[in-house]
Amino acid sequence: MSVPLLQTGGLTIRFGGVTAVDQVDFTLKEAELRCLIGPNGAGKSTFFKLLTGQLHPTEGHVHLRGQDISGARPHEIARLGVGIKTQVPNVFNAMTVQENLWIAARHKHTPAYATELTDQILSELRLTAIAHKEVGQLAHGQRQWVEIGTVLAGEPELILLDEPAAGMTHEEVERTAELIQDINRSRALVVVEHDMQFIKMIAKTVTVLHQGAVLIEDDVSRVLEDARVRDVYLGKGLAA
Amino acid sequence: MDIAIIVGLDVVSGIASLVLISAGLAVIFGMMKIINLAHGEFLMLGAYATVLSVSAGVNIWFAMLVIAPVFVGLVGMIVERCLIQFLYGRLVDSMLATWGLSLVIVGGTTMIFGNTIVGVSSPLGGFQVGAYQSSLYTPFLALMALLLMTAVFGVMRFTRAGLIARAVMQNPDMAATLGVNPARVYMATFGLGAAMSGLAGGLLAPIAGVVPTMGAAFIAKAFITVVGGGTSILWGLISASGLFGFINQIAAFLTTPVFGEVILFIAAIILIRLLPTGISGRFFKGRL
Amino acid sequence: MHLLNGMRGALIGAAIAAVAILTAPLYIDLFQIMQLTVFAAMAVLALSLGFIWGYGGILCFGQTSFFGLGAYAYAVAAINFGDSTPAIALAILVPVIFATLLGYFMIYGGISDVYLGVITLTVSLILFNLVNSTAGDFYKIGEARLGGFNGIPGVPTFNLPGDPSYILTPEQAWMVTGMALILVYLGLRVLIASSFGRIIVAIRENETRAALLGYDPRIYKLITFMIGGAIAGLAGALYVNWGAFVSPTIFALGLSAQIIIWVIIGGRGTLIGPVIGCLLLQWLVTEIGAQQAMDANFVLGAILIVFVLLVPKGIAPTLRDLAMSRLSRDTAPAPTADATAKVKT
Ligand SMILES: Nc1ncnc2c1ncn2[C@@H]1O[C@H](COP(=O)(O)OP(=O)(O)O)[C@@H](O)[C@H]1O
Ligand SMILES: [Mg+2]
Repeated sequence: MSVPLLQTGGLTIRFGGVTAVDQVDFTLKEAELRCLIGPNGAGKSTFFKLLTGQLHPTEGHVHLRGQDISGARPHEIARLGVGIKTQVPNVFNAMTVQENLWIAARHKHTPAYATELTDQILSELRLTAIAHKEVGQLAHGQRQWVEIGTVLAGEPELILLDEPAAGMTHEEVERTAELIQDINRSRALVVVEHDMQFIKMIAKTVTVLHQGAVLIEDDVSRVLEDARVRDVYLGKGLAA
Repeated sequence: MDIAIIVGLDVVSGIASLVLISAGLAVIFGMMKIINLAHGEFLMLGAYATVLSVSAGVNIWFAMLVIAPVFVGLVGMIVERCLIQFLYGRLVDSMLATWGLSLVIVGGTTMIFGNTIVGVSSPLGGFQVGAYQSSLYTPFLALMALLLMTAVFGVMRFTRAGLIARAVMQNPDMAATLGVNPARVYMATFGLGAAMSGLAGGLLAPIAGVVPTMGAAFIAKAFITVVGGGTSILWGLISASGLFGFINQIAAFLTTPVFGEVILFIAAIILIRLLPTGISGRFFKGRL
Repeated sequence: MHLLNGMRGALIGAAIAAVAILTAPLYIDLFQIMQLTVFAAMAVLALSLGFIWGYGGILCFGQTSFFGLGAYAYAVAAINFGDSTPAIALAILVPVIFATLLGYFMIYGGISDVYLGVITLTVSLILFNLVNSTAGDFYKIGEARLGGFNGIPGVPTFNLPGDPSYILTPEQAWMVTGMALILVYLGLRVLIASSFGRIIVAIRENETRAALLGYDPRIYKLITFMIGGAIAGLAGALYVNWGAFVSPTIFALGLSAQIIIWVIIGGRGTLIGPVIGCLLLQWLVTEIGAQQAMDANFVLGAILIVFVLLVPKGIAPTLRDLAMSRLSRDTAPAPTADATAKVKT
């Protein structure tokens, strides 16, 4: 078997008494699309922070294509081709939409090519009309799009999306689903989402986190039928 | 042997004076997370209050230990109401405002009292260690530092005000859940911090030249102590004063007082590189 | 091309200013020329903080440290070499080395803004005490006696590069200082418009996001801090050249405060703002000194408080915002922004 794109072993982090991520073994193949679900406080965002170097694990390891990145800093992991859209929008507020994407594209490319790539992504994401607006002035849904665009402009090979559809209209959610499938043609993704409709639209394999640990990992249809998953969610939106 | 006693006394008095000149700053930093850049001027006001009271015929002990802290404490409360309260949540702007205040106080004092040195004589005599002469005022300062720290500990540990203070140090929004008005907590904090600075200023009056710009001579050490100690008021202050007071006095003894300060700074900056949130951020997290 | 387009206004302004500087001696007397020379040297210092704070987001309360080190480095080197050209180079180099060391410990330690401000301020206080204590023959670097409290008098002023026997006249020194101000201003404009400039602004805006895109915030901040140190050091050399004298008061708390006030009242996030703030305040302090009715510290402190409370953005950005809202009221509202955006892309 070839080396997986991403692999964690016994990944654990504790904050004082709270074990936010608990002995997680997680494997992602090249170009795979994985959904990560779980109730609020399950540890999904914290898991992403461990993958991107924003937090360092108390125990366990993270391997990216076989390379140990457990102690690496965020910028080093980003350079290895990991991009993330965080749950709380993380954007450059005082800069325009165009500048936000340009900064991301500039890391790998010349200024001229960065401008070209930015224009291309702006039009793909239908952001051209607001390209020269300051991001701080935009609505939450639009800021989500800007951040997704910023992640794409960095051309990562593994993309982590933390609740990308939050605050979007129904039509925008559908577009996000299409976009994710489109990206997945060439790149791997891990998507955290609460909206089960959305999960059904995109998911193949789903991993469920509960109290920091992996509860179940299986095909989407089987996961959604699983009694334990229903219990964990207490019926919250699952039936929908 | 005598020299060892003298150096030992120096170290003790170095630690004690760091505790005294930094305590007010540490209280405000621990509770409000800002550095009061008018701290040196609060010291200076305490010293002036003492000198002026004494020359008006007040007993020097009463002037140092009561008038100076009460007067400067009132000034602190007024400052908080008229200035700081408008800048809550804007840490940098709060600091800049206290810097402006510092200039206003220095300028105002200069306009009123002029730029001449005034002073009071030490109320305590000296004593002899072998061939060396030392002042009784030194052990007195150490005693005052000890009393001050004991008082802070007692208040923090055993009173309701201390409970509120500990809650606010952990999480500023906690005051509201305890049913206290946060504005009053901050006013009290600023007043108390200022009073401690006033007390330190009063105690310095007999041993320092009292001029409007005298604060600048003390704030470098106070800043280093508080930054090195971190946000825990009591343990941060005590551990940083202990460490830095020791380094400073030994270095000053081996070189000159000024180089002692330079070495103190170098020690502090290496400490900050290793422990960016200060000693207490690492070892006394969540303590008093 | 694009870069030059965005800078057309700045270039025209700089050209006008350059002409004014070069012709000033024709219609202004020597006393005023001398006054303007020190104002211009200070304006270079204002630019150094305006850059690192306004664009790099680095809250340095002790920019005088680099200014003073530059001044002392110039004085010591000029006395030893008898030639100002290598002395100017050292006036830039010494503060840069110091900024690198200090910046490394602070920035790589990952300390907060509040700590950085306090530590840089402490550095300037300690340098003041240190240099103050260098009286006596022991403190000599080559031919130059540091002189402690009394400072170093009779420092050689600028000469023609390559010809130490040709000392510049005060008018020529003014032109050099004024042109240095313009060049530093234009250089910073180019830097800010470059990739580096955009990246440091991005880091100022959101350090986490920048790191998640692959930029190491620490190295960018450190370089920004070093550039600030270099410019402040140059300002120090220009300042010593003006008075042929340097003393420890160059490190004093009062000057640290003034630099901050220049940038606050002029406005963070612009370059012209700190220059305007500096010139206004320098003029004001000179006037207060002449009137002797008020203490300068008192007035400066009051100004700082008023601006922090009432005009926190400073003069230049506030005027710009006013002009912008005027403009958008005069033309049609919101849709225009979208329309122009479309045309541009
Ligand atoms: N920095 C932190 N300090 C203390 N506890 C934290 C911290 N970050 C997250 N937690 C805790 O870890 C748990 C998981 O949080 P999170 O990863 O945000 O959950 P999710 O994204 O699945 O909703 C929660 O109980 C949260 O309170
Ligand atoms: Mg989350």
